[in-house]
Order: sequence, then structure tokens, then C-alpha cells
Amino acid sequence: MANTSTPKKPTAKKTVVAQNNGQAEKKQTGSSRIKVQKTYKIFINGQFPRTESGRYYPLTLSDGSIVNLCLSSRKDIRNAVVAAREAQEKWAARAGLNKSQILYRLAEMLETRSSQFIEELQLMGATKEAAINETETAIDRLIYYAGWCDKFNAIFSSVNPVSSSHFNFSSNEPTGVVTIVAAEESGLLGLISVMAPVIAGGNTCVVLASESKALSAVTLAEVIATSDIPAGVVNILTGTRKELLAHMANHMDVNAIYLHSNKAEEIKEVETLSALNVKRARIEFVSNWFEPKEENPYRIQDFIEVKTTWHPIGI
Amino acid sequence: MSKKQDKKHQQQAAEPSLDFSKALIYTPAPESSAHIRLKKQYDLFINGTWVKPSKGGYFETINPSTEQVLAKVAEGTQEDVDKAVKAARAAYENVWSKMPARERAKYIYRIARLIQERAREFAVIESMDGGKPIRESRDIDIPLAANHFFYYAGWADKLEYAFPGKNPESIGVAGQIIPWNFPLLMAAWKIAPALAAGNTVVLKPAESTPLTALKLAEIIEESGLPAGVVNIVTGAGATGAAIVNHPDIDKIAFTGSTDVGKLIQKAIAGTGKKLTLELGGKAANIIFEDAALDQAVEGIVNGIFFNQGHVCCAGSRLFVQEGVADKVIRKLKDRMASLIVGDPMDKNTDIGAINSPEQLKKINEYLKIGVNEGGEVFQPNCSIPSKGYFCKPTLFLNTSQSHRVVQEEIFGPVLAVQTFRTVEEVIEKANNTPYGLSAGVWTDKGSKIFNMTTKLKAGVVWANTYNKFDPSSPFGGFRESGFGREGGLHGLLPYLNLR
Repeated sequence: MANTSTPKKPTAKKTVVAQNNGQAEKKQTGSSRIKVQKTYKIFINGQFPRTESGRYYPLTLSDGSIVNLCLSSRKDIRNAVVAAREAQEKWAARAGLNKSQILYRLAEMLETRSSQFIEELQLMGATKEAAINETETAIDRLIYYAGWCDKFNAIFSSVNPVSSSHFNFSSNEPTGVVTIVAAEESGLLGLISVMAPVIAGGNTCVVLASESKALSAVTLAEVIATSDIPAGVVNILTGTRKELLAHMANHMDVNAIYLHSNKAEEIKEVETLSALNVKRARIEFVSNWFEPKEENPYRIQDFIEVKTTWHPIGI
Repeated sequence: MSKKQDKKHQQQAAEPSLDFSKALIYTPAPESSAHIRLKKQYDLFINGTWVKPSKGGYFETINPSTEQVLAKVAEGTQEDVDKAVKAARAAYENVWSKMPARERAKYIYRIARLIQERAREFAVIESMDGGKPIRESRDIDIPLAANHFFYYAGWADKLEYAFPGKNPESIGVAGQIIPWNFPLLMAAWKIAPALAAGNTVVLKPAESTPLTALKLAEIIEESGLPAGVVNIVTGAGATGAAIVNHPDIDKIAFTGSTDVGKLIQKAIAGTGKKLTLELGGKAANIIFEDAALDQAVEGIVNGIFFNQGHVCCAGSRLFVQEGVADKVIRKLKDRMASLIVGDPMDKNTDIGAINSPEQLKKINEYLKIGVNEGGEVFQPNCSIPSKGYFCKPTLFLNTSQSHRVVQEEIFGPVLAVQTFRTVEEVIEKANNTPYGLSAGVWTDKGSKIFNMTTKLKAGVVWANTYNKFDPSSPFGGFRESGFGREGGLHGLLPYLNLR
């Protein structure tokens, strides 16, 4: 086991039993029943495997409990890319209206699970007010992009008035499989703000979740699994950037990478490795995901390819 | 060629049912070069004036159809690139970014008009320097280049309508590196949108075809465009690298091979420079049984033999549906037998000179590779000039997906032919390449066209036509054929920041 952090499993277990993810007290007032603990897994091809590496990293929550998250490996990324590639063309071929309804349905399910997200955000350090705000904004953002699925092509397409006797138009197609290295600082909103436009455009994705705020990503995966999003369209891994960044960027069957970072060495590494297969590298650092300007259809445009079709006009 | 190859070649050459070699003798119809004005030596065009290269080096540019020297051209070094970037930066800060957009437009319109006025001179020089048939430089390259400037001139004061909800802003100084296959047209594709969007440029033409870019510099001088807005620095790979690595350039636009594109993407990693790449291709040209076969054969010929096959979007992989394969190949061989290979200045010429001895060597190597891999080679029984660099139009029959002549970009008049049975099969074969620049589809059934055009991974798809270009039509690739678009509304985006 090549774990970088010191395993604190025995202590962790004790603490978790005692405190039960912050839900313990509520339950314990009603009964002395032992709470069932959750195993946090990764999400590949609509299923919840453990990392193939068998490794974990502990995450200390604000209530003092410690949970173990999968410390994903290069092999997990590769498995996720296979699933994403397999799912991509079928997802892209779905009607815009259908994709729109599927994303909307996901938002509906998030809404009904919002209390869990709010609770988890608090466990990862947010105030109650901030947690509510982040959850609600994330749901609204998803609905915003759901609405774009069958509209962005009209905005970004063109009929081109060529001089010769041809009908010529440019429309948009997904870039393909996108790896997303999500914002470290914003576990839920930062993830949805990027994942939603990527899949709205017909791409499939492999997400590396925030390392320190990973609970929202795992729970989001559980919501996605029971939504109508087909298996493989969204794959979510937990682990460390340090280990996985290069593998997210150098995979030859990945067409684009989105990196949220302001660290010069991370940016350089991702851009350098992207050159291996002329990967599109979209890099940015958003300090405030709540800003209205952070939701716009140009985030969809960043992960689409313009295709121009010519046909003669004549008899 | 080996004896074995030679024998094979003769067998194949005997196959066409028609023999044009004696029946139709064309009288030469050479375009005159008497009216052109070429200097013996060209310096660098920096900050609106002609300056000597700092290290004093010059290289020769030759006519590939005669091997004669046309002119000497300055070898730009890092110092020269630095001068050019400083001029471009100053022009950007002090003049060009402050000029009202509609005034900017007028200069670009002027450049378009001046190219139109001198179109014939440019066409002649383009064919002399690059080897392309005068028919193509006269009817395609030069008019399209002028139209490109004219088209983008009109965008300069309308940018806010192109990006709803955004406030488009110019980027700064653009470094642009262009190839030798469409020298003036590529310069236009690079310079026109950059200027319209409010940027200034440092452009490096290819070392084997610098002359029309230098003539364009003369036009720019004549147009009164403020000094430093366009700078033209000639040179080879090292000059290009100096542009790519210059710290005060904000954006790189490159057209060329995928290998060099990857090097550039790597070189600018972490610098914050914006990048667009228009790289190689290995386009599938797909002929269905229900296609208008004679038109399709014209399309195959235009697809691969246009500009000697020196075209990144050339239809270099032919897929013919089995039921019509024999018929299409026979028609194609007949058509190839009527192609005239020779003097680029002759208006009858279909296939001109290969651009450089290096490129001819590369093509000939692929011809050997193709034969060694088991491909069946066909070349028409045509004559080629004894002087200059020429290559007969070539088919490789009986090739398969694993052959190098099927996988790799040859950039010459060489077509690899395969057959297919079903739609699914041909889509899979066509997409089985790291490239994704262009594709062609030939069928009379509309629903089949749209099924194909949506499933082919390519930035440009020609249905029942091939190799058509227009300033209003976005061009650029999927996958390893690059990113960013040139032409049309979409061609503005690489030269703007959207706030």
C-alpha cells in the first residue's frame, strides 16, 4: 500500500462510531441503535467500485470524525476513460431536449437531497448559511445549463454565405472525452459549474474531485447513479492532484482537459502533456463561483468543435 | 524504381481504356511573367520599413519547376524577431488598439483592393515561387486571399454582434507562422482576422515560398497602414522558434505539420500565450454506390491532385463502395491519364511542380514504402519535365488500414484506395486516424449525406464536392488536426478575449 498519509484507521473508526458523521447525536437521542457507516467509493461507468489500488486517504471532518476516501490510481483514470469513451457517442446522439430533461431531472433529485449536501458541506467546514447558499446555487446552475442543451447550437452555429453555389453551414459537435480537475476550494458548486456545461455539450467526463472537499462529489455521484444520466457520461474519482494530474493530462484517448488552478507548475505540466495528442487544455482559476458571470454558454463552447458542411446547390 | 515495381507499373499503366497521350496534344499556353516586379534581394519588413537582417544572412528562394533562383531573402534571427515584436507592441499600444474600429476596417479594405489590382502579378509570382499551376493561383489562391481581407475588414466594427453577452477585446501582438502550400492565402487567413480584431502581427512565411508575403508587405506599405501593425520576418525554423518563444507575444497562430504543432504547444506551455493550430490531415473521401460517379471521379481528382496534393485537407484516403469499385477505379485511371503534369506557368497544366526537393524526396520515400507494404501502384503514362521537381499522380490500390500510406500524411499527389461494404464499416474506417481535419462524401441520397456528415470526425465535410474554400466558411480540425477556426464568424474568436 503506497499511501502517502499515515493511516489512522484504528483511531478513525473509534471516532466515527462515537460521532457518526455528525448525525450521531440526533439519532442517539431517539435510540441507542448503532449508526450504519458509509463507505465512500468512486464512480466509474455507473457503478461504485473501490479504487483498484486498494488505497485510501483519511479526511477529517469538522465534527472531528475521520472518513476514508478512495485514493484513486492511474488505472482508475484509465478505466474511467474507457467508460467515458464508450458512452460518448450515444450521449452526444441524444436529442438536445432529451439531454436537457435529463440534466433537469438531476437537478430535481439534488433538490430532494439538498439537506444531505448542506450537512456534508458543513462537515467539510462551511457555515450553515454558506452550505445552504452553495447547495442552492449549485442546483440552480444545473438547471441553467439543462436549459442550454437544446439551445447553444443555435447560438454558436452559422449559415455561411459563401460566394460559390453551395449551401454551407457550421454547427457544433462535442470535443469528446474531457478530464476535469475540479476546483479544490469549492466541492459542490465548483464541480457542477464545470461538469454541467461539459456534458450539456454532449461530452462525457472523468472528474477528479476536490481532495479536501470530496464528500459532495461522492454524494453527487450517488445522485447521478439514480438519475437518468447514462452510465459512463460522468465518472468521478477521489484522490490527490499531485499523483493524478499528469495522468489526467497525458491520456491519449482524452480530447480535452479542464484544469482549475492558479499554480504555475500545475498549469505548465498540464499544458505540456496536452501537446502529446493536441488536447484542448482549458485552464482557469475562479475565485468566486457564485458570481453570475461564471454561468454562461461560452463554457459549453469551450468544449465543442465547429464542423462546417458544404453541399452544392443545383439540379 | 526496381525492376519489379517497373513491371507492375507498366501493367497498371496499360489498364486505362482511353489513351489521351496522342489524341489530345495541347499547344503550350504559358502565362507571361514579363510584367512582374521582383527585386533581386528582399530585406525584412519591420515597423513599416525594410531593414537588413541583423546577422546579415540571406537565403535563396528557387522556382521548383526550373530550379532557378528567383531572389535572395533575408534570414531573420532572434534579434530581428525582437525588433519586429517591439514594433508590433508599440503599434498596438499607441495606434492600432486606439484607432476607431471603422477606421481600422478601411485599411484592411484597402489591402484587399490593392491585392485585387495586382492579382495577376501575385498569381504569377505564387506559381513561380511555389510550383502550383497558374490556373489555381490565378483562380483560387489570389482571389480568395483578397476576399479574405475584404471579408474581415467588415467585421472590425461589428465584433460585439459576434459574441452575444460578451465584450470582445483584442489580445495584443500575434505571432503567426505559415506553410508553403498556399503562401499568400495563408498569410491572408492569418493577418486579416488578427487586424480586424484589433491586434498587430509578426508573420513568418515559409522559407521555400516567401515572395508573395514580401509582395504583400509592399502592398501594406503602399496602403499606409500604420508602421508596425504588420511585420514580416522571413527565415527558417529557427526564426519561427524565436517567434514562438518570444516573451512579449500574446498569441501564436500556426499552420503546418502535426509534429511541429505539438512542439509549439509544448513550447508555449505555461506561458499564458493563446494558441491556434491548423495541422495535418488524412481525409477520407467516400464514394457510395448511388453517387453520381462521373462527378465523384472529378471530386476524387480535385480532392487529391489539387495543388499537387500539398493540401492539409487533401482527400488522400479513398473509400469506394464495393459494388462500384471497379467502375470508379477504371474511370479514375482514365481521368488521371488526361491530367497534364508540367510547367506551372502553362494554363493547361493540372499538376505543377512539387514545392521543394525535400518534399519530392519525402513523397518518393512514401512511394517506395507503399510498394513494399504490398500496395498496387498505378501512375498514368504521362511525361514529366526533365528539370524541376515533379511527381506523377499516383494511386495505391489494395491498401489496408495498417498501411503507412493510409495512416500517414504524405502531402503529395498520392491516393490510397480502399473499398467498403456498409455505412458502419466506412464510418469506422474513416474515423480510424488521429487526424480530423476534413472528409468527403459522395451520394445522391440526402439522408445518407447527413448521417455521414454528422458521424465523420472532421472540421470540414464536403458533400458531393471537395476542396472548396471561402472567407465566410470556418476551417479547422478536430483531434490532432489542431484547434481553433479560420474563416467566418468563428475565425474571429482566436483573436479576441471575451470579457
